[in-house]
Amino acid sequence: MTKPIIAIFLMAAVTYLPRVLPIAILKKNISSRYIRSFLHFMPYAVLASLTFPDIFYSTTQTASAMFGTLAALTLAYFNKSLVVVALGAILAVFLFESIHLL
Amino acid sequence: MNNASNRSDFRDGFFKGLPIALGYIPVSFTFGFMAVSNGLPVWMTVLISMSNLTSSGQFAGTNLILAGAGYLEITITTFIINIRYMLMSLALSQKLEPAVRLADRLILAFGITDETFAVSSMENGTISKRFFYGLISAPYFGWALGTFAGATASGVLPKELGGAMGIALYAMFIALIIPPAAKSRPVLTVVLAAVAISCIIRYIPFFSFISTGFRVILATLGAAALGALFFPQEEDVS
Repeated sequence: MTKPIIAIFLMAAVTYLPRVLPIAILKKNISSRYIRSFLHFMPYAVLASLTFPDIFYSTTQTASAMFGTLAALTLAYFNKSLVVVALGAILAVFLFESIHLL
Repeated sequence: MNNASNRSDFRDGFFKGLPIALGYIPVSFTFGFMAVSNGLPVWMTVLISMSNLTSSGQFAGTNLILAGAGYLEITITTFIINIRYMLMSLALSQKLEPAVRLADRLILAFGITDETFAVSSMENGTISKRFFYGLISAPYFGWALGTFAGATASGVLPKELGGAMGIALYAMFIALIIPPAAKSRPVLTVVLAAVAISCIIRYIPFFSFISTGFRVILATLGAAALGALFFPQEEDVS
């Protein structure tokens, strides 16, 4: 019988471990130009691979998710803030699904 | 460093964290809404957000709890989804001022999320501990408050709006990557490569044995390696 509270504790532990190990242990600067460049590009690579293609399945239907993605891409291209892009995408999905239901 | 610049570092971080906190609200709202609608108590749902502070990992873990999965499956699934934090923590170890003490590192590490990592690594030069403390404080409470709101609103909200909010997390990622990608050709190349690798692994049946967590890691490693190979950065840029 799985007790939720124990499962939550285990989840918290395996979420914290990968976060803490490198930053707690590594204090020296990495001098390799290749690794430094790799680390420079990493945030963009990780966010892009988290987003695509999962964003297309983040709502109840793929068509509305694609419409929301398009809204987010457009707003982000025009340098809108994080909040505006997030709310704009939600609104786009909501409107698309409402119109679709009519 | 004197007190005035310590304070302004914290303020600077705090204000850069505010948009992240606001963006977290619809995402954590969805989480709270989902967990309580499926039978988890409100306090436990909020506890998950306050102790895990992660989106995809806790969504997956909670779904498994609700499905009655065993400890091993819950632990391994959550861990695999979260391995990417190791890469972020490694990158931040190079970004954080070397003088930051271990005690601070242990606390700061807890606040590493996809968004706080992205925002801090896009800062110029090194970052101070004050900056990072400021950066993570608003998102932490935004995540907890959004979860609480969603958990208690379960049943009040129209179902369609709940469904539409699932996109918010990904929209935030898009907001973080598109402006730099539009300005820098190397960044754009890395982004497109990551999307391509991720989609290939996701859609080609041959790779169907690769889980979501490992797909993200492989696409990240591949795309960032490609970027480092073709667009090596100058020494002082990071």
